Parts: sequence; structure tokens; C-alpha cells
Amino acid sequence: MDLHFGDSKPTDEERAAVDALLGPPESSWEGAARDEMRAADLRWARGGREARDRRDLLLPGLHALNDRVGWISEGALDYLCRRLTVPPAEAYGVATFYAMFSVRPRPATVLHVCTDLACTAAGAPELCAGVEARLGPESGVRVERSPCLGLCERAPAALVIRAGEEISARPALEDEAVQADGGSGGTAPGVGKGKGRRGRATMRATAVCAPATVDTTVSAATAPESAPAEPPPATAVPQAGDPTLTLLKRIGTVDPASLDDYRAHGGYTALRRAFELGPAGVIREVTDSGLLGRGGAAFPTGRKWQATAAQPDHPHYLVCNADESEPGTFKDRVLMEGDPYALVEAMTIAAYATGAHRGYLYLRGEYPRATHRMRHAIEQARARGLLGDDVLGQGYAFDIEIRRGAGAYICGEETALFNSIEGYRGEPRSKPPFPVEKGLFGKPTVENNVETLVNVLPILTMGAPAYAAIGTGRSTGPKLFCVSGGVARPGIYELPFGATLGELLDLAGVRDGLRAVLLGGAAGGFVRPDETDIPLTFEGTREAGTTLGSGVVMAFDDTVPLPRLLLRIAEFFRDESCGQCVPCRVGTVRQEEALHRIVERTGAAAADDVALLREVGRAMRDASICGLGQTAWNAVESAIDRLGAYE
Amino acid sequence: MTAIPLGVPRRLVEFTLDGQEARVPEGSTILDACRAAGKEVPTLCQGDTLTPKNACRVCVVEVEGSRTLVPACSRKAEPGMEVRTDTERARHSRKVVLELLASSVDLSTTPEAAGWIKEYEAKPDRFGPDAARVEEEPRVDNDLYVRDYGKCILCYKCVDACGDQWQNTFAISVSGRGFDARIAVEHDAPLTDSACVYCGNCIEVCPTGALSFKSEFDMRAAGTWDESRQTGTTTVCAYCGVGCNLTLHVQDNEIVKVTSPHDNPVTHGNLCIKGRFGYQHVQNRD
Repeated sequence: MDLHFGDSKPTDEERAAVDALLGPPESSWEGAARDEMRAADLRWARGGREARDRRDLLLPGLHALNDRVGWISEGALDYLCRRLTVPPAEAYGVATFYAMFSVRPRPATVLHVCTDLACTAAGAPELCAGVEARLGPESGVRVERSPCLGLCERAPAALVIRAGEEISARPALEDEAVQADGGSGGTAPGVGKGKGRRGRATMRATAVCAPATVDTTVSAATAPESAPAEPPPATAVPQAGDPTLTLLKRIGTVDPASLDDYRAHGGYTALRRAFELGPAGVIREVTDSGLLGRGGAAFPTGRKWQATAAQPDHPHYLVCNADESEPGTFKDRVLMEGDPYALVEAMTIAAYATGAHRGYLYLRGEYPRATHRMRHAIEQARARGLLGDDVLGQGYAFDIEIRRGAGAYICGEETALFNSIEGYRGEPRSKPPFPVEKGLFGKPTVENNVETLVNVLPILTMGAPAYAAIGTGRSTGPKLFCVSGGVARPGIYELPFGATLGELLDLAGVRDGLRAVLLGGAAGGFVRPDETDIPLTFEGTREAGTTLGSGVVMAFDDTVPLPRLLLRIAEFFRDESCGQCVPCRVGTVRQEEALHRIVERTGAAAADDVALLREVGRAMRDASICGLGQTAWNAVESAIDRLGAYE
Repeated sequence: MTAIPLGVPRRLVEFTLDGQEARVPEGSTILDACRAAGKEVPTLCQGDTLTPKNACRVCVVEVEGSRTLVPACSRKAEPGMEVRTDTERARHSRKVVLELLASSVDLSTTPEAAGWIKEYEAKPDRFGPDAARVEEEPRVDNDLYVRDYGKCILCYKCVDACGDQWQNTFAISVSGRGFDARIAVEHDAPLTDSACVYCGNCIEVCPTGALSFKSEFDMRAAGTWDESRQTGTTTVCAYCGVGCNLTLHVQDNEIVKVTSPHDNPVTHGNLCIKGRFGYQHVQNRD
């Protein structure tokens, strides 16, 4: 590899941001200034395999620059490439792949206003218009219309991210404890700790506004560090405190920052049980429990673990998919914010069972509080010997690294996520080979969703038979549902599999005038209000010709016309298509164009375009590489077939 | 005489291809089997010198038991597989893929595209006059070759040829996302500011003419490009001792383009800047 760099140089700030992540450069090959160079360094290149092995630090490096400066300049990108021996063209391809990065100058503060389904129904268009009118170009805030931010229970939602200096040396536990007490709304690490040499406005800060008004959003965007605190995660759980809960039982009752509190409420009993059973025993329990993946694909978890554990190639990796980006889904966020240690424990068990010693938690970039809580929980667990070289004194080594996503729905696809972690564009790979055989870094990898992993804890504490007795024969255990839209009490609901859609909607207090329910998010499908007897199980929804997906249940009344919702879904897929395969790259564009043409039309005037949509949709479903393209037409098709849209 | 390594004999895989028994060496793709059986399957992003990226999806076939169609170019034949290449379902996807491509980019210089569009009865104009297209001015920023994005189908072949599959220069990558994805050098700069070494191996693999010799581009613009009047002469490059084969494409006694035979064991179709572009001295008649 013969790398070529341009003449652009990084600013001191950009250099500092990269060096904070990677350490100071060791030679001029890595971009050290010539006067820093010792004579002995002249011909010394930290190149070859060792440098290329750090390719996976490209995405964290881009984050470091974006966090600090707010955008990625040519000089900064070149410097990062020198440090990692990455060709600048490839790094440019990666940087331009993610929605949260910009390679053009922009203000340090970026306000993401969610314009997705639940927020649109809750007034996002007016919010956007109001905010854009008040935050003009001179305000120093860039307003961006964003896909679902995963805050649907408090729609409409907005997220402020201000780039700036971060406390780099991280004995930040105190900070985090302080923040946890304050419920961590506007969070600017380091503020008020005497480090504010350059003033508060140059510190990195994030703030969540939900439910957002024009006033609260504008004030949060101008001063994110003093924005009011976010409500605690338990407010997203209307059933909080109900003693019959299994997965959500600790949310609202334990302090998410306290490991002792977690242990006092049954934490780490499942891991002890796992060590008693041994890896094969854990896999047997999980297989017997009938646990199916909760991320949307419903693959048997035990089989996946067994297949990974049996691979002779080493090392094995564990990846937790917390890149929750399906519009309408926010269960993983609430789990990570409200009960972070449960995920740490569950990941440890999964890794132990499958023979992995390294776990990656790929966490959605738009989830600052969840990132914060998980980082804190992992540090605490490490400090107390629950992660590290000798977990619980059992001689088993395991550690977790958090990797932040950067705004790409496609990275929730398991193989795209591997590419993203490895420092490549988040494009799905073709399967076979499957991840259990060749996954992350080409090694056997087990990848599970947050909710799937958290289910492993009750399986081990109550035993597989007791767990399998919950739910129905083919869909066992409790299930989390993300209820939003036209209901009185939106939030995460935990019900045993087998409850009907009607029961769930009653629990959430569905409002009058129900017109349609979207199951499974943008990749799912609509059902009619008279179909509320559909059992919420994998097999029940399949028999009814729809899908459970990731557990999204979004209720719509007549306030937003259905064609507008369909157009929003189509825009989402157009924006989020990675562009690798033709059916999805161009098909999602043609789908959106057709829906645009018929947004005000019905009957014969729409018939031609409906026929066109069917043909394109069928090819997308049949010929796309991954699930994104294959499901991009589902919701539109279901609206036409079940709801009679455009008739 | 050079000894030809025979390698370990490969086992034969038996499977069913359109109802017929097919036997191919282990590791062969469905496409290999189709071609061995004399079946035509359209391909765009598949290249004979590259690992298939299976991005264009025009070669999809039906495999029994598979939920979706599978790309023939990259799916390996497995024992007992039942493959059908010409079903209504496969033909439908190929037709739509051709329509999507032809409605978004210019396929006029893609060999065989017109024939496939006819064969599959694809109607690219059905998406209406306002259908989004990749409309960009061809980038002419150097004397050797031209990048015409309006013809690019994003097959990734140039990226793979420039990167770890052949050239290891890594001057280009896909940038952006979705319909806005483009092949670009770092910072989307002109080629002259990039890592490009002008080997032209990307032109060699480009299936659509989005990358072309400046000489070809200019002659097409002037309407003088005429492949029926061209001859190809394969010779040995005189610049160094490697012994690369060059095929000189000559029209009206002028070299208009240089390629290399893909089955040449030295080049596999690849050249360097000298072999590819350094031919002017040959026709300097002063």
C-alpha cells in the first residue's frame, strides 16, 4: 500500500482529538512533526500489518474529530489516515457514509429534529418549521431533519449535539455519578469542575428535548449544557413497579448507576449459575428455553450460540447489536438507560457460553444517555472484577468495548455492523458465509440484540422449563413492545407472548378514531383496527400475514393522512439505503417518486403507480442483498392491501 | 519450459440446473455452471479477473429453499442444489433491475445492455420523465482518462481493481450513501490531486464505459469512434522486462486505446501507466 496524502494539515485541535484516542504519533510516518523527530526515526515506519490492524479505530477516530470540531476537514482526515495507515480515499468513503458526520464545515451545534412517524403524528412538521424560523444561519446551530430518534414515547423529539472539548483523561466516574443523580438531561462532562478554562460554550454537550416545543428546543440548542434534565427511564415504562415484570422489573426500582443496587436486586445470580452450568450447559438451557432473537429475524438463539461455540477457528467474538434504528423502536434504549448492568451481565454469559473473550457493544450514535450509562456500568464492572482477566474469580477473561454508530440504519444489519466496527463502509456482506462462521474480523461471531441478551438472565435464574412455560409453544418468554402514536400511555410494555394486539392497545389506552396500527416499524406492516385479535407472537403475526419485527406497535388515527405516512416511510428507506445493490439503491428512489405522485390521488388515477410499486417492490424483496431492501416495500404493500390505501 | 502446476484435483459437485444434471468442480459458482452448460445469464458487476461483488443483481437465479433470489455470479454450487435460471420470478427481477439501471444512468456504451433490455422487455421510461437520474458532467481533469458518472452503475469493479484485488493503490472508493453514492477519490478532489497512478486498470474492468480513455471519449464526442473499423494487435510491451502483453486498438492507423488480454498469465488484464498510456511515441511521425 503506497499511501498518498494531500497538503492539508490538521489544526492543533484536530490533532489533539485524534491523539487523545490513539496516543501521540511515534514517528513521522504517523504524522509527527519533523522537528519532533529524532534522527533515529528517519527511516522508521510503523507500517505493515501492525498499523493496518488498527483499522477498526477509524470510526472511533472520526467520532473523536466530529465530537471535538463538529465536522471532518481534509487535514484532519489525512492525519487520522496517517495514524492508522488507511488510504484517504477509503476513509473519505467511510466518513461520507454516516449521517452524523460532515466533510463540509458546519456549526459546532447540530440539532436533529425527528420527523419520523410518531413525531410527525405528534406535530413534528410544526416543530421543524418553528425551530428553523428561529435558528437561522446566524444562530450557530445547524438544524437537520432526522429519522426516528428512538424517543417515540415522548414525541415529538429533538436531539442537540454540540461539539467541543471533552475531558480526555477519564477518571470521570465522579462526573457520571453526579450526572446520574441529576437524571442527566443536558450533559456536559466536566462543567463546573474547574476545568472550564475555555468556558462552558466550548465543551462538548448533548441534550434531549422530548416532548419538544419550539421554545424548549431553541433554548436547548443554544445552551445544551443547561437544558433541563431528561425524565428518568422509568417514565418510558408505564408498568414500572409491577412485581410480575421480568425484563423490566429493575427499571425504576434500581439506581442504574449503582452496581451494588443491581446486585441487591438479583444481579449477577445468572452469571453465577452460568459458571455452575459450564458453557455447554448454558447453551443447553438457552436452547431448551426456546428463546428466539428479538431484533426482528426471530432466529433461535441457542442454535446460533451452539453454531458459534462449535467453530474450531479462534478467537470467537460477541457482538451486541444496540444500533436500534427501526422507526418506532426504543426498547433497547430504555433497557440500557434503566438497567445497564443487566446487559453487561448478559453479554458476559453469552460470551462465556460461546467461547468469546471480547465483546463489542455497537450502540446507536443518537443515544447519548444510553452510551453514558453503559460506559459507566462497564467501568464499574471492570473495577469490581466482573469484567477483565478473571471474571468472578472463575479464571474466565472477558471485556466489553463500546462502539458508537454514527447515523446509519443499515448498520443494524448484522454484517453491515461488522464492516462498520472494522472501519469500512457499513455495507452488508453477502451470506453465506454466515457470521457464526465468518463474522467480525472474519472470525466466528455471535451477534444478538439487546433484548435477546437480557432474556438470558431469567432463563438462567428461573430455569429453561419455567421460562419456556411463559408465552406460547413456539414463542416463549416475555416480550417487550414499543407502543407509540395515538395512545394515552405510550412506552415500553412487557407482556408474555400470546397477548393480543387489542389487549396491548387497551393497556396503553388507545385513543378513539383508530385508523391503522403499524407492527414492526418501517420494515413491518400495517393492520386494520378490526384486526386487534391478532396474537402478538412470531407465529401468530406470520399467520395473519404481518410481522412482529422488533416489537413496534404504532397506533394512528386520522390526524395524519395515510399517504403522507407511506411517503415518510419511503423517504426513510431512500435515505438509509447503503447504495450497494441496484434493486434497493434505485428501487427505493422509484418507490418514493411513485408515492409522491399519488399522495393526493385514489382509484384509477393511482392504479398505474400502484401497479408500478408492486413490480418494483417485488424485485426489491426478491433481489436485494439484505433485509433493508427486502423489506422496504412491506409497509406500503400492507397499506395498499389491508387498509385500502389509494382506493 | 515452464512447469504448469496441476494442483490438487478438485471434486465434482453434482446439482440440478434447470432440471438437468450439472457437474462442476468444487468451488465453481452457479454462473460458471451456467456458462459451462451454454446458458446465457446477464452480468454487469461480475468480472472475469475479479472476485464478484454481486451488487448489480442482474444475474439472480432461483434456488430451491432460498427465500430470496441468489446471485449466480457469487453463489457457489452446492451438492443437491436445485437451481432454476429462467423462471418468471428471476426474469421479473432482472427486468426490473435493467429498468432501474437504464432509467437512472446512460447504458448506451454498455455492451449487450440494449439486447438484454429487449430480451427482458424492460421499459425504462415507465418511471416517467421526472425519474431521478445521475446527471453529472463528465469529469475531464487529466489527459489520459475521463470519468463519466452519468454512465456509472456503481458495480465496485474499479474500486476492487484499484484496491486490494489488483493495484493496491486505493485511490478510489465509494463515497456517500444510497442513490447519492459515487465513486470518488479522497475529498472528491480532481484525479490529479489524488493517489491515482494512472495505470488504467479501472478502465479495463469498467463494464459501462463510465471510465474511458480520453482518446475514446473525444472520438465519441466527435462522432468518429467506430469499433468496426478498429483492429486489435497484441504485442509485448517494450518498456521493461516484465513482458506484459498489450493489445493495441488501432483505428485509421492511430492507436486509440490499449488493453491487455485478461487471460494473460502476466497481466490478467492489468498494465501500468507506461504500457497503458505511453504509446504516443509510436505514432510520432515527425
